[in-house]
Amino acid sequence: MTRLTLPVSDRDHRQGNHDAPLTLVEYGDYECPHCGRAYPIIKKVQERLGERLCFVFRNFPLNESHPHAEHAAEAAESVGAHGGEKAFWAMHDLIFEHQRSLEDAALGRLAAEAGVAAPAVLDDFGTARFRDRVREDFMSGVKSGVNGTPTFFINGVRYDGYWDEEHLVGELEETLAHLA
Amino acid sequence: MNQLSHPLPAGTPAPNFTLWATPDQKLSLEELRGRLVVLVFYPADWSPVCGDQLGLYNELHSEFHRLGAEVIGISVDGVWCHTAFREERHLHLTLLSDFEPKGALASQYGVYREADGTTERALFVIDREGIIRWSYLSPVGVNPGADGILEALESLQHPAVAGETRSVP
Repeated sequence: MTRLTLPVSDRDHRQGNHDAPLTLVEYGDYECPHCGRAYPIIKKVQERLGERLCFVFRNFPLNESHPHAEHAAEAAESVGAHGGEKAFWAMHDLIFEHQRSLEDAALGRLAAEAGVAAPAVLDDFGTARFRDRVREDFMSGVKSGVNGTPTFFINGVRYDGYWDEEHLVGELEETLAHLA
Repeated sequence: MNQLSHPLPAGTPAPNFTLWATPDQKLSLEELRGRLVVLVFYPADWSPVCGDQLGLYNELHSEFHRLGAEVIGISVDGVWCHTAFREERHLHLTLLSDFEPKGALASQYGVYREADGTTERALFVIDREGIIRWSYLSPVGVNPGADGILEALESLQHPAVAGETRSVP
Protein backbone atom coordinates (compact mmCIF):
# COMPACT_ATOMS: atom_id res chain seq x y z
CA MET A 1 0.00 0.00 0.00
CA THR A 2 1.52 3.28 -1.09
CA ARG A 3 1.09 6.18 1.29
CA LEU A 4 1.38 9.92 1.23
CA THR A 5 4.75 10.80 2.76
CA LEU A 6 3.98 14.50 3.27
CA PRO A 7 0.81 14.78 5.35
CA VAL A 8 -1.83 17.34 4.40
CA SER A 9 -1.32 20.50 6.45
CA ASP A 10 -1.55 24.29 6.41
CA ARG A 11 1.04 24.37 3.64
CA ASP A 12 -1.53 22.87 1.29
CA HIS A 13 -4.27 24.35 -0.82
CA ARG A 14 -7.38 22.81 0.69
CA GLN A 15 -10.86 23.21 -0.63
CA GLY A 16 -13.94 22.39 1.42
CA ASN A 17 -14.24 21.42 5.06
CA HIS A 18 -10.74 21.23 6.57
CA ASP A 19 -12.01 18.88 9.29
CA ALA A 20 -13.79 16.57 6.85
CA PRO A 21 -13.45 12.83 7.51
CA LEU A 22 -12.34 12.36 3.88
CA THR A 23 -9.36 13.99 2.22
CA LEU A 24 -8.74 13.60 -1.48
CA VAL A 25 -5.29 14.70 -2.64
CA GLU A 26 -4.61 15.13 -6.34
CA TYR A 27 -1.11 15.35 -7.76
CA GLY A 28 -1.73 17.11 -11.02
CA ASP A 29 -0.13 18.83 -13.99
CA TYR A 30 -2.02 21.82 -15.37
CA GLU A 31 -1.12 20.97 -18.94
CA CYS A 32 -1.88 17.24 -18.69
CA PRO A 33 -5.00 16.35 -20.69
CA HIS A 34 -5.94 13.60 -18.20
CA CYS A 35 -5.88 16.13 -15.36
CA GLY A 36 -8.01 18.36 -17.55
CA ARG A 37 -10.46 15.51 -17.86
CA ALA A 38 -10.37 14.92 -14.11
CA TYR A 39 -11.08 18.58 -13.31
CA PRO A 40 -14.88 18.59 -13.87
CA ILE A 41 -15.10 15.11 -12.34
CA ILE A 42 -13.56 16.36 -9.08
CA LYS A 43 -16.07 19.23 -9.06
CA LYS A 44 -18.94 16.75 -9.24
CA VAL A 45 -17.38 14.53 -6.58
CA GLN A 46 -17.03 17.58 -4.32
CA GLU A 47 -20.66 18.50 -4.90
CA ARG A 48 -21.84 15.01 -4.06
CA LEU A 49 -19.77 14.61 -0.90
CA GLY A 50 -20.21 18.16 0.35
CA GLU A 51 -18.98 18.73 3.89
CA ARG A 52 -17.64 15.19 4.13
CA LEU A 53 -14.77 15.94 1.74
CA CYS A 54 -11.66 18.11 1.76
CA PHE A 55 -9.88 18.39 -1.59
CA VAL A 56 -6.16 19.16 -1.91
CA PHE A 57 -4.26 19.98 -5.09
CA ARG A 58 -0.49 19.49 -5.29
CA ASN A 59 1.73 20.21 -8.28
CA PHE A 60 3.31 17.48 -10.35
CA PRO A 61 4.39 19.17 -13.58
CA LEU A 62 6.01 16.91 -16.16
CA ASN A 63 8.01 19.60 -17.86
CA GLU A 64 9.58 17.66 -20.66
CA SER A 65 6.23 16.60 -22.08
CA HIS A 66 4.36 19.75 -21.04
CA PRO A 67 6.40 22.89 -21.68
CA HIS A 68 3.90 25.24 -19.98
CA ALA A 69 3.17 23.08 -16.94
CA GLU A 70 5.86 24.54 -14.67
CA HIS A 71 4.90 28.17 -15.24
CA ALA A 72 1.22 27.33 -14.93
CA ALA A 73 1.93 25.72 -11.54
CA GLU A 74 4.07 28.65 -10.41
CA ALA A 75 1.43 31.11 -11.63
CA ALA A 76 -1.27 29.42 -9.54
CA GLU A 77 1.00 29.47 -6.49
CA SER A 78 1.86 33.10 -7.11
CA VAL A 79 -1.79 34.07 -7.46
CA GLY A 80 -2.47 32.26 -4.19
CA ALA A 81 0.36 34.11 -2.43
CA HIS A 82 -0.71 37.52 -3.72
CA GLY A 83 -4.46 37.07 -3.65
CA GLY A 84 -5.22 34.42 -1.04
CA GLU A 85 -6.73 30.94 -1.20
CA LYS A 86 -9.86 32.03 -3.00
CA ALA A 87 -7.77 33.53 -5.77
CA PHE A 88 -5.62 30.37 -5.89
CA TRP A 89 -8.64 28.18 -6.55
CA ALA A 90 -10.02 30.64 -9.09
CA MET A 91 -6.69 30.44 -10.91
CA HIS A 92 -6.59 26.62 -10.60
CA ASP A 93 -10.01 26.45 -12.24
CA LEU A 94 -9.23 29.02 -14.93
CA ILE A 95 -6.04 27.20 -15.94
CA PHE A 96 -7.85 23.89 -16.35
CA GLU A 97 -10.58 25.64 -18.32
CA HIS A 98 -7.98 27.15 -20.68
CA GLN A 99 -5.55 24.24 -20.86
CA ARG A 100 -4.80 24.67 -24.53
CA SER A 101 -3.22 28.07 -24.29
CA LEU A 102 -0.96 28.45 -21.30
CA GLU A 103 1.91 30.56 -22.55
CA ASP A 104 3.09 33.25 -20.13
CA ALA A 105 0.93 36.06 -21.54
CA ALA A 106 -2.16 33.88 -21.29
CA LEU A 107 -1.28 32.97 -17.69
CA GLY A 108 -1.01 36.70 -16.96
CA ARG A 109 -4.52 37.27 -18.34
CA LEU A 110 -5.90 34.39 -16.27
CA ALA A 111 -4.19 35.77 -13.15
CA ALA A 112 -5.86 39.12 -13.75
CA GLU A 113 -9.18 37.33 -14.10
CA ALA A 114 -8.48 35.57 -10.80
CA GLY A 115 -7.92 38.98 -9.22
CA VAL A 116 -4.14 39.40 -9.20
CA ALA A 117 -2.43 41.89 -11.54
CA ALA A 118 -0.54 40.09 -14.30
CA PRO A 119 2.85 41.76 -13.78
CA ALA A 120 3.01 40.57 -10.15
CA VAL A 121 2.65 36.99 -11.32
CA LEU A 122 4.87 37.25 -14.39
CA ASP A 123 7.68 38.85 -12.37
CA ASP A 124 7.63 35.88 -10.00
CA PHE A 125 8.62 33.49 -12.82
CA GLY A 126 12.18 34.73 -12.56
CA THR A 127 12.49 33.93 -8.85
CA ALA A 128 12.96 30.69 -6.97
CA ARG A 129 10.07 31.46 -4.60
CA PHE A 130 7.42 29.40 -6.32
CA ARG A 131 9.75 27.13 -8.22
CA ASP A 132 10.89 25.72 -4.87
CA ARG A 133 7.32 25.30 -3.72
CA VAL A 134 6.35 23.45 -6.90
CA ARG A 135 9.45 21.25 -6.62
CA GLU A 136 8.59 20.44 -3.00
CA ASP A 137 5.15 19.29 -4.13
CA PHE A 138 6.70 17.29 -6.96
CA MET A 139 9.28 15.52 -4.78
CA SER A 140 6.69 14.76 -2.10
CA GLY A 141 4.71 13.06 -4.87
CA VAL A 142 7.67 11.09 -6.17
CA LYS A 143 8.44 9.85 -2.66
CA SER A 144 4.81 8.87 -2.17
CA GLY A 145 4.81 6.74 -5.31
CA VAL A 146 3.18 9.15 -7.74
CA ASN A 147 3.99 7.67 -11.13
CA GLY A 148 2.04 9.92 -13.47
CA THR A 149 -0.79 12.42 -13.49
CA PRO A 150 -3.33 12.59 -12.11
CA THR A 151 -2.53 10.48 -9.07
CA PHE A 152 -5.00 10.51 -6.19
CA PHE A 153 -4.64 9.73 -2.49
CA ILE A 154 -7.68 9.06 -0.34
CA ASN A 155 -7.00 9.66 3.34
CA GLY A 156 -3.30 9.24 2.67
CA VAL A 157 -3.46 6.01 0.66
CA ARG A 158 -2.80 5.98 -3.09
CA TYR A 159 -5.93 5.25 -5.07
CA ASP A 160 -5.15 3.15 -8.15
CA GLY A 161 -8.70 2.59 -9.37
CA TYR A 162 -10.67 4.31 -12.12
CA TRP A 163 -11.26 7.96 -11.41
CA ASP A 164 -14.56 8.56 -13.14
CA GLU A 165 -17.22 10.13 -10.93
CA GLU A 166 -18.93 6.89 -9.92
CA HIS A 167 -15.78 5.01 -8.99
CA LEU A 168 -14.32 7.93 -7.04
CA VAL A 169 -17.52 8.60 -5.12
CA GLY A 170 -17.90 4.86 -4.49
CA GLU A 171 -14.37 4.57 -3.12
CA LEU A 172 -14.75 7.68 -0.96
CA GLU A 173 -18.05 6.46 0.48
CA GLU A 174 -16.57 3.07 1.19
CA THR A 175 -13.63 4.68 2.97
CA LEU A 176 -16.09 6.70 5.00
CA ALA A 177 -18.09 3.59 5.90
CA HIS A 178 -14.92 1.92 7.19
CA LEU A 179 -14.15 4.92 9.37
CA ALA A 180 -17.48 4.65 11.16
CA MET B 1 3.40 -17.74 -20.60
CA ASN B 2 3.07 -18.06 -16.85
CA GLN B 3 6.74 -18.55 -16.33
CA LEU B 4 7.82 -16.21 -13.56
CA SER B 5 10.85 -14.03 -13.90
CA HIS B 6 13.39 -14.02 -11.11
CA PRO B 7 15.34 -10.80 -11.14
CA LEU B 8 18.84 -11.10 -9.67
CA PRO B 9 18.51 -10.27 -5.97
CA ALA B 10 20.39 -7.82 -3.78
CA GLY B 11 23.93 -8.96 -3.03
CA THR B 12 24.56 -10.39 -6.50
CA PRO B 13 27.41 -8.97 -8.58
CA ALA B 14 25.80 -7.17 -11.53
CA PRO B 15 26.62 -8.95 -14.81
CA ASN B 16 28.74 -6.68 -16.98
CA PHE B 17 27.56 -5.57 -20.40
CA THR B 18 28.71 -3.62 -23.40
CA LEU B 19 25.80 -2.38 -25.48
CA TRP B 20 25.11 0.30 -28.06
CA ALA B 21 24.06 3.57 -26.47
CA THR B 22 24.00 5.62 -29.69
CA PRO B 23 24.49 4.57 -33.31
CA ASP B 24 28.25 5.03 -32.88
CA GLN B 25 28.94 4.59 -29.18
CA LYS B 26 28.95 1.64 -26.81
CA LEU B 27 28.68 1.73 -23.03
CA SER B 28 29.96 -0.83 -20.52
CA LEU B 29 28.83 -1.23 -16.96
CA GLU B 30 32.50 -1.41 -15.97
CA GLU B 31 32.99 2.17 -17.18
CA LEU B 32 30.56 3.27 -14.49
CA ARG B 33 32.43 1.65 -11.59
CA GLY B 34 32.63 4.14 -8.72
CA ARG B 35 29.18 5.54 -9.50
CA LEU B 36 25.74 4.36 -8.49
CA VAL B 37 23.85 2.89 -11.42
CA VAL B 38 20.12 2.38 -11.91
CA LEU B 39 19.17 -0.08 -14.62
CA VAL B 40 15.61 0.36 -15.85
CA PHE B 41 14.47 -2.58 -17.96
CA TYR B 42 11.25 -1.75 -19.81
CA PRO B 43 9.32 -3.65 -22.46
CA ALA B 44 9.36 -1.25 -25.39
CA ASP B 45 9.94 2.29 -26.63
CA TRP B 46 6.73 4.14 -27.48
CA SER B 47 4.29 2.09 -25.42
CA PRO B 48 2.37 4.50 -23.18
CA VAL B 49 3.33 3.16 -19.76
CA CYS B 50 7.06 3.12 -20.55
CA GLY B 51 6.85 6.66 -21.84
CA ASP B 52 5.38 7.85 -18.56
CA GLN B 53 7.89 5.88 -16.53
CA LEU B 54 10.92 7.18 -18.40
CA GLY B 55 9.35 10.65 -18.52
CA LEU B 56 9.19 10.62 -14.73
CA TYR B 57 12.85 9.56 -14.41
CA ASN B 58 13.69 12.26 -16.91
CA GLU B 59 12.08 14.88 -14.67
CA LEU B 60 14.18 13.53 -11.81
CA HIS B 61 17.41 13.93 -13.74
CA SER B 62 18.80 16.56 -11.34
CA GLU B 63 17.75 14.51 -8.29
CA PHE B 64 19.53 11.39 -9.59
CA HIS B 65 22.54 13.54 -10.39
CA ARG B 66 22.55 14.90 -6.84
CA LEU B 67 22.54 11.32 -5.53
CA GLY B 68 25.46 10.44 -7.81
CA ALA B 69 23.48 7.97 -9.87
CA GLU B 70 23.49 7.19 -13.55
CA VAL B 71 20.07 6.05 -14.80
CA ILE B 72 20.08 3.78 -17.83
CA GLY B 73 17.05 2.50 -19.72
CA ILE B 74 17.31 -0.89 -21.44
CA SER B 75 14.94 -2.54 -23.88
CA VAL B 76 15.23 -4.83 -26.89
CA ASP B 77 14.55 -1.94 -29.27
CA GLY B 78 17.27 -1.12 -31.79
CA VAL B 79 19.58 1.83 -31.44
CA TRP B 80 17.83 3.91 -34.14
CA CYS B 81 14.50 3.34 -32.47
CA HIS B 82 15.99 4.52 -29.16
CA THR B 83 17.44 7.57 -30.91
CA ALA B 84 14.07 8.60 -32.32
CA PHE B 85 12.33 7.86 -29.01
CA ARG B 86 14.85 9.90 -27.03
CA GLU B 87 14.55 12.86 -29.40
CA GLU B 88 10.78 12.81 -29.51
CA ARG B 89 10.40 12.62 -25.73
CA HIS B 90 13.32 14.93 -24.92
CA LEU B 91 14.84 12.19 -22.77
CA HIS B 92 18.17 12.92 -21.10
CA LEU B 93 18.62 9.29 -20.07
CA THR B 94 21.00 6.85 -21.69
CA LEU B 95 19.05 4.11 -23.49
CA LEU B 96 20.78 0.84 -24.31
CA SER B 97 19.77 -1.68 -26.96
CA ASP B 98 19.62 -5.28 -25.78
CA PHE B 99 19.09 -6.10 -29.42
CA GLU B 100 21.60 -8.69 -30.63
CA PRO B 101 21.51 -11.36 -29.43
CA LYS B 102 18.06 -10.21 -28.48
CA GLY B 103 17.39 -9.94 -24.77
CA ALA B 104 20.73 -11.52 -23.82
CA LEU B 105 21.38 -9.01 -21.05
CA ALA B 106 17.81 -9.16 -19.76
CA SER B 107 18.17 -12.96 -19.56
CA GLN B 108 21.35 -12.60 -17.50
CA TYR B 109 19.50 -10.32 -15.08
CA GLY B 110 16.56 -12.75 -14.99
CA VAL B 111 14.08 -10.38 -16.57
CA TYR B 112 13.53 -11.56 -20.15
CA ARG B 113 9.98 -12.46 -21.21
CA GLU B 114 10.55 -15.37 -23.56
CA ALA B 115 6.91 -15.53 -24.66
CA ASP B 116 6.70 -11.84 -25.56
CA GLY B 117 10.24 -11.31 -26.80
CA THR B 118 10.57 -8.26 -24.58
CA THR B 119 12.08 -7.50 -21.20
CA GLU B 120 10.15 -7.30 -17.98
CA ARG B 121 9.57 -3.97 -16.30
CA ALA B 122 12.33 -4.29 -13.71
CA LEU B 123 14.62 -2.05 -11.72
CA PHE B 124 18.13 -2.65 -10.39
CA VAL B 125 20.20 -0.34 -8.22
CA ILE B 126 23.92 -1.17 -8.44
CA ASP B 127 26.48 0.19 -5.99
CA ARG B 128 29.90 1.71 -6.68
CA GLU B 129 31.57 -1.71 -6.57
CA GLY B 130 29.19 -3.24 -9.09
CA ILE B 131 27.00 -5.16 -6.64
CA ILE B 132 23.22 -5.17 -7.01
CA ARG B 133 21.81 -3.57 -3.87
CA TRP B 134 18.11 -3.47 -4.71
CA SER B 135 15.97 -5.01 -7.40
CA TYR B 136 12.30 -4.81 -8.16
CA LEU B 137 10.01 -6.52 -10.65
CA SER B 138 6.89 -4.56 -11.53
CA PRO B 139 3.79 -5.96 -13.20
CA VAL B 140 4.44 -5.25 -16.87
CA GLY B 141 1.51 -2.82 -17.17
CA VAL B 142 2.28 -0.85 -14.02
CA ASN B 143 4.60 2.14 -13.86
CA PRO B 144 6.66 1.44 -10.72
CA GLY B 145 7.36 5.13 -10.07
CA ALA B 146 10.59 6.28 -8.49
CA ASP B 147 10.07 6.01 -4.73
CA GLY B 148 11.80 2.62 -4.45
CA ILE B 149 14.79 3.75 -6.51
CA LEU B 150 15.21 6.94 -4.49
CA GLU B 151 15.03 5.07 -1.21
CA ALA B 152 17.65 2.60 -2.38
CA LEU B 153 19.93 5.37 -3.65
CA GLU B 154 19.54 7.33 -0.44
CA SER B 155 20.47 4.30 1.63
CA LEU B 156 23.70 4.11 -0.38
CA GLN B 157 24.68 7.72 0.26
CA HIS B 158 26.56 7.12 3.51
CA PRO B 159 29.52 4.75 3.57
CA ALA B 160 28.50 3.80 7.14
CA VAL B 161 25.42 1.97 5.91
CA ALA B 162 27.00 0.60 2.74
CA GLY B 163 27.16 -2.87 4.27
CA GLU B 164 23.39 -3.23 4.47
CA THR B 165 21.53 -5.09 1.81
CA ARG B 166 18.01 -4.44 0.68
CA SER B 167 15.70 -7.00 -0.75
CA VAL B 168 12.68 -6.94 -2.98
CA PRO B 169 9.49 -6.32 -0.99
